[in-house]
Amino acid sequence: MWDYTEKVKEHFLNPRNAGVIKDADGIGEFGSPACGDALTLYLKIDENKRIVDAKFQTFGCASAIASSSALTEMIKGLTVSEAEKITNDDIVHFLGGLPRQKMHCSVMGREALEKAIADYRGEASKKIEGTLVCECFGVTDREIERAIRENNLSTIEDVTNYTKAGGGCEKCHEKIQEILDSINGKQAPLHAKKTAKMTNIQKIKMIEDIMGQEIKPSLRQDGGDVELVDIVGKKVLVRLKGTCATCLASHVTLKDYVEKKLREAIAPDLIVEET
Amino acid sequence: MEQIYVDNNATTQITPEVLDEMMPFLKGLYANPSSMYRFAGQVSKRLREARRKVADLLGATSEEIIFTSCGSESDNTAIRAAIQAYPNKRHIVTTRVEHPAIKNLFEHLSKEGWRVTMVPVDNNGRLDVDFLVRSLTPDTAVVSIMWANNETGVVFPIDEISQIVKARGIVFHTDAVQAVGKIAIDLRRIPADMLSFSGHKLHAPKGIGVLYVRRGTRFTPFLIGGHQESGRRAGTENVASIIGLGKACELAKIHLEEENARVRQLRDRLERGLLEKIPGAKVNGERENRLPNTTNISFEGVEGEAILLMMDQWGIYASSGSACTSGSLQPSHVLRAMGVPFTLAHGSIRFSLSRYNTDRDIGYILEKLPPIIEDLRELSPFWKTCDSTQPGAITQTF
Repeated sequence: MWDYTEKVKEHFLNPRNAGVIKDADGIGEFGSPACGDALTLYLKIDENKRIVDAKFQTFGCASAIASSSALTEMIKGLTVSEAEKITNDDIVHFLGGLPRQKMHCSVMGREALEKAIADYRGEASKKIEGTLVCECFGVTDREIERAIRENNLSTIEDVTNYTKAGGGCEKCHEKIQEILDSINGKQAPLHAKKTAKMTNIQKIKMIEDIMGQEIKPSLRQDGGDVELVDIVGKKVLVRLKGTCATCLASHVTLKDYVEKKLREAIAPDLIVEET
Repeated sequence: MEQIYVDNNATTQITPEVLDEMMPFLKGLYANPSSMYRFAGQVSKRLREARRKVADLLGATSEEIIFTSCGSESDNTAIRAAIQAYPNKRHIVTTRVEHPAIKNLFEHLSKEGWRVTMVPVDNNGRLDVDFLVRSLTPDTAVVSIMWANNETGVVFPIDEISQIVKARGIVFHTDAVQAVGKIAIDLRRIPADMLSFSGHKLHAPKGIGVLYVRRGTRFTPFLIGGHQESGRRAGTENVASIIGLGKACELAKIHLEEENARVRQLRDRLERGLLEKIPGAKVNGERENRLPNTTNISFEGVEGEAILLMMDQWGIYASSGSACTSGSLQPSHVLRAMGVPFTLAHGSIRFSLSRYNTDRDIGYILEKLPPIIEDLRELSPFWKTCDSTQPGAITQTF
């Protein structure tokens, strides 16, 4: 028996926003019945680019249904640009956690959301990219890379739990290991070299990406937040917000978490300071 | 809340009479049956009786019964004994639908260098006996075929198969974990060399298994140590559980007719009712040669784990061949071997009854399950015919 949280059970037994929006402005589909779960997400978006309604249809287990229900609750009322910052980890936290083997349910939510937003913007066809790694579940290298980066994955089992890749015939395990090695082993120096040639704007873009995908969602769990103010040489100036602004341990958060994350991803000699 | 247990192929409740027989051996009668005083003599006498009752159920003799810790240990012991008996033969044969105890063992042996043939089944779960016959060679050391399938209940023609295999002088083992106690087995008529089964599937406790080894079969023990079980399986006897298993086998023999009549009727009523009430429902596996207690039904457009957890809300306990329930990502290897489409395999539910189920239980399931499937189909993007009839039906149900 899976150890589901009360919140997962509650969203499974009483799913919010189940159904179809007939005149949806964006529709995103992810998964397939053959793979064991599939989600269709419908968005109604007003002229201010705000999501005024969201509905879902899901074929899948309890955690797939709960993740879909949670996602619709999370995005209703957000603007499109706010909604697109939501990660699978945000969905997991909303639900109070998911069993490790069920993480792919939260990834399915994020993927369907991205597709629905792309559909709304009329760029749906752009999404097909990357090369197929797992033939059993149709997972590309890009999807695997992203799951590894966003969730700090280190083993093939992790990758399978988050993306399903490698969960079938297992022939792609070698390829998944290569991707893991390339990200976890050689990533830091690769990026360090890149930063040398980067313009400030490129650097800002990259820092903002990492903050948006990893750092902010994590701080938000504790009611805090962080904002990029400026970049001066190797110094990254930020402003702490929410509970972080008044927290006595904020310098620990800044040095041990924010700086560490940015160093890993961008340059080992980077310094983060509060303005 | 009601508790409707229809997962008896997973495990069964211990019959009260079985527990009563066991209790003295968990309390005062704790002597080691190997010891040399009358206190121990009482215990060893009862062990002999239990062994005879087990043998009686199978049409075997007491000397042919070895007590083990579980079905998996019996399976492992049997296959290892057979391949050690014929070290020059490097080919072993089984089916594609075995329980993991055999399936994973054979896959393991394949890595150790044995050539493995896994005999396929057809869409109805019937074994391709011609394929099996063609695969047999002078190099074949052992053939292991399950008697009845745990997921679909399909019963293989062990009589015919064992004759064919024995006619070629090849060792034949059968994993009869799901068959013993549910259908009649007479090893005087069926020339199997070895047979494995487990106590907890027939109302005895968990942690006790049996390996039948026909007199004259070459055998080497798996567990090395003391002289117990005539030197064929070391380790102090699990006395209370052996006594319990003896009683359970005695009762199984008495109830065999009931199992094949009343339980079969209950199963048939459940199956018929579900197929009538739920469109897009389909039975997996042939319905003729099948255990009387088992039915495996796929519900199109919905996923098994979700069905199980919804049924759990009503106190109905069953199993699914869906990927999600096992923690793996692929649905049941049995349903895949039968060529059941993945979509249907993910929505499969196994109901396995026992003599403790009643007509009321079946009525309760027939009342509760159809709305569950309907509600889940409301949620599903793959079930178009029933949308928009009852928006919000899910929230009203609970």
